[in-house]
Amino acid sequence: MKAIQMTRDKSVTLGLLIVAFLILALLPQFTSGYLVTLLIDILKFAVLTVAWVVFSGPTGYMSLATAAFYGLGFYIAAVFSGTVPFPLLIMLAGASAFVVALGVGALTLRLRGVYFAIFTFALVLLVQNVVLEVERVVTQTRGRFVETVSTEGVYYAILIVFFLTILAAMLIRRSRYGLALQSIGEYEEAAAHSGINVVWTKVLTFATSAVFMGMAGAIIATRRTYIDPYIAFNLNTSFLPVLMAMFGGMGNLVGPVLGAALFTYIGEILLTRFPDLYMLIFGVVLIVSILFMPNGVLGLAQGVWRKMRGGGHAPS
Amino acid sequence: MLEINGLSASYGNVQVLWDVCLRVDEGEFVALVGANGAGKTTLLNAVSGVMKPGSGSVTFMGHRIDGSAPNAIVNLGLSHIPESRQVFTEMSVRENLEMGAYPSRAWKSRRETMKKVFGLFPRLEERAGQLARSLSGGEQQMLALGRGLMSLPKMCMIDEPSNGLAPLIVTEIFEILKSLHKEGITILLVEQNVRQTLAIADRAYVLENGHNALDGACCDLAESEHVRKAYLGH
Repeated sequence: MKAIQMTRDKSVTLGLLIVAFLILALLPQFTSGYLVTLLIDILKFAVLTVAWVVFSGPTGYMSLATAAFYGLGFYIAAVFSGTVPFPLLIMLAGASAFVVALGVGALTLRLRGVYFAIFTFALVLLVQNVVLEVERVVTQTRGRFVETVSTEGVYYAILIVFFLTILAAMLIRRSRYGLALQSIGEYEEAAAHSGINVVWTKVLTFATSAVFMGMAGAIIATRRTYIDPYIAFNLNTSFLPVLMAMFGGMGNLVGPVLGAALFTYIGEILLTRFPDLYMLIFGVVLIVSILFMPNGVLGLAQGVWRKMRGGGHAPS
Repeated sequence: MLEINGLSASYGNVQVLWDVCLRVDEGEFVALVGANGAGKTTLLNAVSGVMKPGSGSVTFMGHRIDGSAPNAIVNLGLSHIPESRQVFTEMSVRENLEMGAYPSRAWKSRRETMKKVFGLFPRLEERAGQLARSLSGGEQQMLALGRGLMSLPKMCMIDEPSNGLAPLIVTEIFEILKSLHKEGITILLVEQNVRQTLAIADRAYVLENGHNALDGACCDLAESEHVRKAYLGH
């Protein structure tokens, strides 16, 4: 009985995913350019947020390295721009991010708690400065040009990467591997006693999440004609996914996507309506939401739903 | 089955274990007793790979395991049930048990193993869907034991299962250890509760300040002058 229920749940989720994909895939045929541009932004942040949650959600290791892998994607796009077809470029960026993250992970994932967060934060600055120096000495320039891709091309690329990210996150969550990640987050020593290769599990997941960050970077880089290390390795790229995940809620995968979408949209509205007060209002919204929605928008919605259905007191 | 020879271990500059030797044969129930801070937990950690020993050797079923990773040691069939239980409090009882079966060798048969564990601990079956944090101390200890059994171990090292539990529950846990032993699992039990431990184990080692102090059959140790004065209080 229970098994039947579970397979039905699975096919419902899969069905919903396919419908969502089809709607999003057909959208550019019917709507204006602005909506597509906004969706590119939303999908980009959804990829970064979901990828971040894949590793940092269950393990509790707060990574601030997102900008490093995203920026790496930018540079892969710039260096190979024009010589390699767009899909290959994206894969190349994902592969490079994976390799770099393996190395970084093997070095840093022995650190715990705040030390890990600080190291990953410093990593972004380190990579930024190394690239800056290399460019100064080798190419004697500060920035690079990137060949642009049509808006629709970018949209479909980020859409596909978004679904790949969601698929990967779902697969990890539902496997014993996902449970292992959660147990590492709870009690690393006990996880080792249970026969989990703690270090390898952490490093591999960290690197997997970096793949999608790198891919997103390579795609979005083509939206700009010119990049430099300050644009590519921007620390906001590290912080925003963390805030979006908190804002949306990390209980399941809908939360981070919802968080990324709402956050991006609210930011967009504030930026156009109140260009001067944008950051101020945004800050207040953020503080209020963290204070009053500890489980994110999704947690709040679930709470309201439970109350509406009556009872509410007895969580079964 | 397990042979520890001349094992030394330190935390930074502080040496905790000095040249410790210990042997457990297949099918035995061996106890390791000693006061707080004698180095019992450190010894288990050094054997199960959580901590790297300084010198000496550890052999399990013919394999050198000193310096191996904890997961490799669990894979060989040596399970360490850690001190103060360390259950995954935010996971359900069932998920905790599933996690214990993580090694591929045990994962395939996890359903049958879980049935056996539920047979040993009916109370865990009643609470299978509950979060582990909602269990009582005794139930959490049962869960820790059950999780350790899920990896299909040939030998279990159990660290202070009586810690912080009411006397009645301690007796219950000790009964369970006895039945585990009867089922053919070799046991190394670390305890501070010397009286009850000597009553159920075959042989025992006494560890004092990180050195081997005494060892022998439990009935002889219980009679020895030193053990009676230092650990049994008469």
